[in-house]
Amino acid sequence: MKFQKEKNNKSNIEEGIVKVILFIMALSSVISLGLITFFVFNEGLPFMINYGITDFIFGTTWNPTDQVYGIFPMIVGSVIVTVLAMLIGAPIGIAVAVYLVEIAPRRVAKIVKPAIQLLEGIPSVVIGLFGMVVIIDLLRRISRGPLSEYLPAGYQTGYSVLAGVLILAIMILPTIISISADSIRAVPQEYKEGSYAMGATKWQTIFRVVVPAAKSGILAAVILGVGRAIGETMAIIMVVGNSVQIPIPGWETLFAPVRTLTGNIALEMGYAGPEHRQALFATGIILFIFIIIINSLTLLLRRRRT
Amino acid sequence: MVEVKPNHLIKVKRNQVFAFTMLSLAAALTVLILLAIVIYVMSQGLSVISMEFLLDSPKSMGAEGGIYPAIVGTIYLVGLVILIAAPIGVGTAIYLNEYMPDGRFKSVLRFATELLAAIPSIVHGMFGFLFFVIALGDYTGGWSILSGALTGVVMILPIIIRASEEALRSVSNNLKEGSLALGTTRWYTIKKIVLPLAIPGITTSIILAIGRVIGETAAFLLTLGGSLLLATTVFDGARTLALHLYLVAMETGNTEMAFGTGAVLIVLILIINLAATGLFKLLVRRFSA
Amino acid sequence: MTNQKESNAIIEIEDLDFYYNQTKALKNVSLDINKNEVFAFIGPSGCGKTTLLRVLNRMNDLIPKTRVVGKVQIEGHDIYDPNVDVVQLRKSVGTVFQKPNPFPISIFDNVAYGPKAHGIKNKKELMEIVEESLRQAALWDEVKDRLNDSATGLSGGQQQRLCIARVMAVKPEIILMDEPTSALDPIATLKVEELINELKQNYTVVIVTHNMEQAARVSDKTALFLNGSIIETNETNQLFTNPKEQETEDYITGKFG
Ligand SMILES: Nc1ncnc2c1ncn2[C@@H]1O[C@H](COP(=O)(O)OP(=O)(O)OP(=O)(O)O)[C@@H](O)[C@H]1O
Ligand SMILES: [Mg+2]
Repeated sequence: MKFQKEKNNKSNIEEGIVKVILFIMALSSVISLGLITFFVFNEGLPFMINYGITDFIFGTTWNPTDQVYGIFPMIVGSVIVTVLAMLIGAPIGIAVAVYLVEIAPRRVAKIVKPAIQLLEGIPSVVIGLFGMVVIIDLLRRISRGPLSEYLPAGYQTGYSVLAGVLILAIMILPTIISISADSIRAVPQEYKEGSYAMGATKWQTIFRVVVPAAKSGILAAVILGVGRAIGETMAIIMVVGNSVQIPIPGWETLFAPVRTLTGNIALEMGYAGPEHRQALFATGIILFIFIIIINSLTLLLRRRRT
Repeated sequence: MVEVKPNHLIKVKRNQVFAFTMLSLAAALTVLILLAIVIYVMSQGLSVISMEFLLDSPKSMGAEGGIYPAIVGTIYLVGLVILIAAPIGVGTAIYLNEYMPDGRFKSVLRFATELLAAIPSIVHGMFGFLFFVIALGDYTGGWSILSGALTGVVMILPIIIRASEEALRSVSNNLKEGSLALGTTRWYTIKKIVLPLAIPGITTSIILAIGRVIGETAAFLLTLGGSLLLATTVFDGARTLALHLYLVAMETGNTEMAFGTGAVLIVLILIINLAATGLFKLLVRRFSA
Repeated sequence: MTNQKESNAIIEIEDLDFYYNQTKALKNVSLDINKNEVFAFIGPSGCGKTTLLRVLNRMNDLIPKTRVVGKVQIEGHDIYDPNVDVVQLRKSVGTVFQKPNPFPISIFDNVAYGPKAHGIKNKKELMEIVEESLRQAALWDEVKDRLNDSATGLSGGQQQRLCIARVMAVKPEIILMDEPTSALDPIATLKVEELINELKQNYTVVIVTHNMEQAARVSDKTALFLNGSIIETNETNQLFTNPKEQETEDYITGKFG
């Protein structure tokens, strides 16, 4: 028969082999994700259950030598630093995105865009080192100078929530800018023209039409920024002081040294004994759950958009 | 027509000027922060950099001496990661984009890729530590370049997959159909038409992935072992420049030496960024000329 | 099995329904197309002409969630039989697309693309095929001095003739053309139409067109489509001068479409 498949046709065999190989490759990400989930949970979950989930999550003392593993201070540390960093980074990032897409003259955009790309590429340890020297020094001067009588001694080293917040705000900027810029760029031209036709100024159009239309994309950018901030490790370790304590509530919090979930893992994994290591993996689980929640949120957002 | 009061107009105008000023300031601030970091690190670091710094071994935990082993470690690690991750990543992208029908399974694969990208690198490091360093320690050499590289592969796979998919998607359907309609197999069409046209985007993604590996620390802190000795095989422990910077800054407190390493890193990242855009333009020109 | 009356038919379509997902784009289509005939599909936009054309070399397989019901035979072989190799089928049934789609490689490589894919490696042989195909497509004289230039540098009409040459280099028996001149200027259109007239010596040509004059100029037979069904099939001059159906008359007199 004329168009019959020939089993031993060379190109058909090649096609078949390639397809199988590519399929196996395509499984790599699911397999990796499966392995990561399995290993992290397998190591951490039994410990967490044995120790007591509430004791683990809400315990305020972390003292591996005495087998006390409460990670509440680290959760507080991660949350405070992340939330404050978002409060600074998100508005600035969105503003830059709006500026880039809607306002910047081409020549300026040509400088700003690569700059943002470069900022994204700078290793976090380099930013951490910068923070450790420049920002810490500045904060130390402030806390030992004008603020010294209001702050406890332990809050005057410069290593603090505020240092972490500033560093993180810088680090999430590229993420927020590039994702919001994409969604702002995707706003249909007709929307804007409609607004101009009604006599609105450029700013009114941006504020009342463009940004609302790009809202869900901007929100996704912010959520991804949160994920990035919660997961950041090295730069944070270098500037927050890493002491396990819940900061004094109030403005003093800004100057409190804290430890984050990621920092806890990175600092102690190297020398942890078996049980201690399990406790660190349990910390990883908490981090993991944060990330899953955050990503499900973005997924929901995208569903709603389409 | 609604009557417009003149001072309302002035107010609107003033609002716009104010808003635009604020937005411009935000952009200026971002660029300034970048400049501040780059210039500060370079000015602190350049004075340390010399031939000896680049080619000598570190002394007293890196507080003195050079960074040669860290340079070698970085090269080994980056090379190995890309060697493994690039074919798998590009292959995955090809399968998802060119072969796999839309459906539940495809969404699962895409979602897995996205989650993998969202996992903090420290978690990748924990996994790598448990799986590659400990469970597979007999084969990987425990803390070693190989363990680090495999961890790095898992970490950058999503980056390469996503960027390659985008590059593949940008190849016009008309050309693919044109090739298939001539009685060619899918794979032939991919080899001859799709890949050549997607190469610029794929190359860029790989270069950016290199940048990511160079800049990564957390995952390698738990898998590379941080050895100060010069690695000779992939089963040896090692440290990368970024890891070296961290360990020197935190453990020796010698920030001057750390800045030296930082300056080297910044130069590397600059080169990579330039290469990514430059090569992209070059490749695009070659295939469409 | 084959009916004596239809023995000359190279393409036989019987009770064909075609679905995009749930929407039925072709309804109960039956049609015979004879060897060495130029057959035109006309009809208003969205009536299913392209869909049917793409059924004939199974290009619709590339669109997810499509479904074919009914029978399509080419040279007596059911092309939707599970044992059919679409690659072999497409070698015999070539396509010229609406928008010229030369590959962004040299003119020579464009024409040699199919033969190379099918295993011809010999340089001399390839050169011969390229020259012959370009001559058949009436493009040789215009490009013979710049075969190594990129094909994307050609004019629209030249690009379309290059795509025709590219198809002919594979030596198909049937050539499908989907509005091959809609992106071309009148002079380039004329050249392609002359070419189609030449082609029917050796090929069977199925052409989709919006332009009734064009159908009248190039085709032997014409089928009029409306909403996924064939309203009327006839010798082209019959169909245009003496339509049997009211709808055909309405269409050709411009009452709708
Ligand atoms: N890929 C597709 N998915 C879903 N529906 C489609 C697809 N392609 C075509 N259709 C629908 O099938 C019907 C027939 O489309 P087809 O492209 O065959 O029309 P046509 O006669 O070629 O029109 P035109 O003259 O505009 O090219 C139309 O209603 C169209 O909307
Ligand atoms: Mg059509």
